[in-house]
Amino acid sequence: MHSAAAVIDPQPNGDPFGVITLDGLSVSFGGRPILKDLHGELRGRAIGLLGPNGAGKTTLIHTLLGFHPPASGTARIFGRDIRAEANQIKSLIGYMPERDSFISKMSCIHFVRFMAELSGLPPAAALERAHEALFFVGLGEARYRNLDTYSLGMKQLAKLAQAIVHGPRLIFLDEPTNGLDPPARLRMIKMIREIRDSGQANIVLSSHLLRDVEECCEEIVILKEGRLVVYCNLEEERKANKKFLMLETRGDLNLFVAAVGQMGCECATTSDHRLKIILQQGTEIRDLYRLAAESRVQIRRLAYKRDSLEDIFLKAMENGSGAGQAGV
Amino acid sequence: MAVLERSYKRFEGVLSPEWSRFLIIPRHAVRNVFRSKLFTAFFALSFIWPLVCAILIYLHHNIEALGILQIDIRNLLPIDASFFQNYVIVQGTIGFFLAMLVGPQQVSRDLANNALPLFLCRPFTRSEYVVGKMSIVIILISTVTWIPGLILFLLQSYLEGWSWFVDNIWIASAIFIGSLVWILLLALMSQAISAWVKWLVAARAALLGLFFIPTVFAAIVNEIFQTRWGHIFDLRALIGNVWAGLFGTFARQGTERGEFRRNGIVTQIVFTEPPLWASWFVLFLICALCLWLLSRKVKAYEVVR
Repeated sequence: MHSAAAVIDPQPNGDPFGVITLDGLSVSFGGRPILKDLHGELRGRAIGLLGPNGAGKTTLIHTLLGFHPPASGTARIFGRDIRAEANQIKSLIGYMPERDSFISKMSCIHFVRFMAELSGLPPAAALERAHEALFFVGLGEARYRNLDTYSLGMKQLAKLAQAIVHGPRLIFLDEPTNGLDPPARLRMIKMIREIRDSGQANIVLSSHLLRDVEECCEEIVILKEGRLVVYCNLEEERKANKKFLMLETRGDLNLFVAAVGQMGCECATTSDHRLKIILQQGTEIRDLYRLAAESRVQIRRLAYKRDSLEDIFLKAMENGSGAGQAGV
Repeated sequence: MAVLERSYKRFEGVLSPEWSRFLIIPRHAVRNVFRSKLFTAFFALSFIWPLVCAILIYLHHNIEALGILQIDIRNLLPIDASFFQNYVIVQGTIGFFLAMLVGPQQVSRDLANNALPLFLCRPFTRSEYVVGKMSIVIILISTVTWIPGLILFLLQSYLEGWSWFVDNIWIASAIFIGSLVWILLLALMSQAISAWVKWLVAARAALLGLFFIPTVFAAIVNEIFQTRWGHIFDLRALIGNVWAGLFGTFARQGTERGEFRRNGIVTQIVFTEPPLWASWFVLFLICALCLWLLSRKVKAYEVVR
């Protein structure tokens, strides 16, 4: 987790530009600042956008989509400036809005085809891809039904279908699991991961549900009061915390704790049989087993522990009182 | 990808030209419009007058038919600028009712269903959206106004001869320009109302009201001030003047005379219509106002300040 400049991996698809580059981006509504001087470069295949209500997540997405003009600064998507090259950018992106957004009195297939044509696909290709997209999201059997008759879950799927029908390079998903029951939520998460793993598109996922973001995203950005307070590469975080262990044991721990301490590892007992250990450089797991055997302690369970996304989010909410810049 | 493959894949084909994308909106909308039996019936009926005009033109050139029907050619309307002006007035009125049926639902439906973000997150600008929505009205009213009007003109030219065509080509341009001004005005006004009034019935009533309430207001102004300048508030009078100007029948004075009796003295007043440029100018202002109203509403999201 970083709140200052950090080095990140190059983008998986080898694009020389970041997916999203924020360059002092500020947005104001009626003189009231909503986004304040955002800086950073995001390159992950799936980027999670987190923050409490009113933090500016949706405003950031809308600004990147060209719905709101920046008050100062700019942003780039795949190296293209959102101020100067809005139309080129729009041909590269798909957007699934948070609220219900439809064209009434249309069948779903007609709606998705219409959206594909507006994205520039020729009519025949648009129809073909509309069928494909609806089968992909699981609405294949219901595609000729009028949208007005769809349930909330089906409408979410239809919104996803219209966002991906033209095969965009970047997909903005604003609260995609809103109002979904658990099985429908799992299906939605599965589809988002499939799109991510296809390597054909990058995803920006804005959600209040930390679990959704944790399951889908590699990078997260946390906004608070219009400022970017935390950037976290979850993959790196997982790797970085591999030395933090939780042990469940049986036997007298005193000898074992002393021996582990002599190896230079920090060790704390959380209950009678539980230990937290931070391994030092060069210390291997088998060393712990050796010491346990020598101390006549049984290791019944051993698990790597890391900060959960919830921990990261709560820390950001406590500490991140507007750091101003999170160089990503 | 095949339907059953169910995997995400980018589109690698050739995209349609950007300039033509606004036409996607009318193409899909017209299909929906004709699902209404009321509209389809009214649309079919709107071709009756062009048909009557075509018959009249034909009768003018067919002595045998006149003989069979026992009609004196002198009793028939002459085929001249006034004939085509009357045609434009009748079809323009029908066009107004078509616009009232089709126009008010176009933008309001999208606003009510939050569809604008879906349009505007694509390579599709607000202007293209407005032009696309307007073109639904433009295409439909064109099919009942200037298109049959020009066909009638060509029919008359064919029957009358080349010299008539050359001498009266300006009538064709008057049919086209006069209809187009009216269509643009209707399209803009119906879309502007549609953007601000979400309830369809209210939007239709508002469009109707905008054409008839100012007429009453103009009549009151004219009566009180003993003038005809009240017509600059009256859309029907404005477009009537513009059409009269285009067909060469516009006369500022002498169209109406007032007669007053006071102390046994009879005074006649010749009312003077506003100049032609004033009618054009007010129509231009109305169009500009409609565009401004549309620009205020046609946004992906409305910002609550």
